[in-house]
Amino acid sequence: MGKTTAHILVIAMLAALVAVAFMRVNYTWNWDGVWEYRQKFIQGWVTTLVLSVAALVGSIVIGMVAAMMLQSRREFVQALARVYVELVRGTPLLVQLLIGFYVVASAVGLDNRFVVGVLSLSLFSGAYMAEIFRGGLAAIPQTQRDAARAIGLSQWQSMRLVILPQALRLVLPPIAGQLVSLIKDSSLLSVIAISEFTLNAQEVNSFTYSALESYLPLAAGYLMLTLPLSWLARLLESRFRYET
Amino acid sequence: MKLEIKGLCQDFGGPAVLRQVSLCTGNIQSLVLVGPSGGGKSTLLRILAGLDIPKAGSVSFDKTFLPQNEMGLFFYRKQVGTVFQGFNLFPHLSAFDNLLLPLIHVHGLSQEQARERVREPLDRFQLSDHAHKRPAELSGGQKQRIAILRALVTKPQMLFLDEPTSALDPEMTAEVLRMIQDLKSIGTRFVLVTHEMNFARHVADEIACIADGEVVAHGSGKEMFSNCPSPRMRSFFESILA
Repeated sequence: MGKTTAHILVIAMLAALVAVAFMRVNYTWNWDGVWEYRQKFIQGWVTTLVLSVAALVGSIVIGMVAAMMLQSRREFVQALARVYVELVRGTPLLVQLLIGFYVVASAVGLDNRFVVGVLSLSLFSGAYMAEIFRGGLAAIPQTQRDAARAIGLSQWQSMRLVILPQALRLVLPPIAGQLVSLIKDSSLLSVIAISEFTLNAQEVNSFTYSALESYLPLAAGYLMLTLPLSWLARLLESRFRYET
Repeated sequence: MKLEIKGLCQDFGGPAVLRQVSLCTGNIQSLVLVGPSGGGKSTLLRILAGLDIPKAGSVSFDKTFLPQNEMGLFFYRKQVGTVFQGFNLFPHLSAFDNLLLPLIHVHGLSQEQARERVREPLDRFQLSDHAHKRPAELSGGQKQRIAILRALVTKPQMLFLDEPTSALDPEMTAEVLRMIQDLKSIGTRFVLVTHEMNFARHVADEIACIADGEVVAHGSGKEMFSNCPSPRMRSFFESILA
């Protein structure tokens, strides 16, 4: 069986299963109401796309900086990064968003929900990224750094030409997974009233007195964001592949 | 080259690895360091290659002292070449790009000049057909010969080789030793750490025996093997030449 055939078969089986389940609970569909509000879905989807891309860039930058801080020889710098990573990874995003928006952002006079949302999401995801990057850097053996020094590379050149290219290949799969999570986690920004995809879908749901009609397009919309990301990651992975 | 080492001490936070090592060679082309494992040979070589800074003591080549700080050593390392026991090629680059990397990024050659520079040595050591391969696709002997070339194409004033054949089978060992022999015949200056005693005898202008962090004997190859003044080294030679 070919790869594509296998995928189609699996998806068909899953669809049949879901269809049967819906039939057994005698669900009556009301797509007309939802279709009327299609514009709201599109707006929400675009907002989520923009939020995600911004937070994606933000979290990679924050993750890289924090990973380097975690490796710092200065105790204070290291402690700063360690506390950040553990605090953020150990507490719910919901709490971080509420405190971030209603307390921290208010205190500094930042009232742009969108900016606060992107920053919070970047900080949240960046903590996970930091550990992924740190692990990738630590996995490159000391002998590679030795060889880089021996041929006369500076510290920065050694990082750029020898260590990072090898570490990047190692961290690509976990980074892709983290970015997929980030896209879905952006749905929580609805609690600070950002009109992103999930909040809009919920609103449509209450406008149309429907139960599930909004949620299926919602799931499909998220897949449209996450699947290309997974494909891209796999493509890059195969390009960087080499034996060690 | 005339190598002068005075009172060299090194430790890594534990017991001393080098204890007051002193050595003064004649004006020679090649020095070979031999001795039992854990005796301090590699530690000494890493200091000579500018990779580590000793806790005390000094080293000079032809009356020029080795810098004692990282900044000075950074410039020193650009002028010498080092070859490691484990090859340490960069696995994400082809053999060819491993050779180009120092030429382009350290010595400022253009891509074209760098390609030109490595063509002839690759040919001479029959590595041209393998240059496009990644290290993982090369045999151990090929890897080490590429690693030696990487250290060599920058035209270093001196080459440091740390047990270049210890990770290789006998056939590949012969392959690499032939290459070092060739380098000797074209005048390359080098310091070599090895356990290949017959080869050491051939290629060494002088041999220094290092055991327990000290130079226990030093002289021409002939003197060392036939009549070593150190009982520790005599028993070492007997055990490996038997």
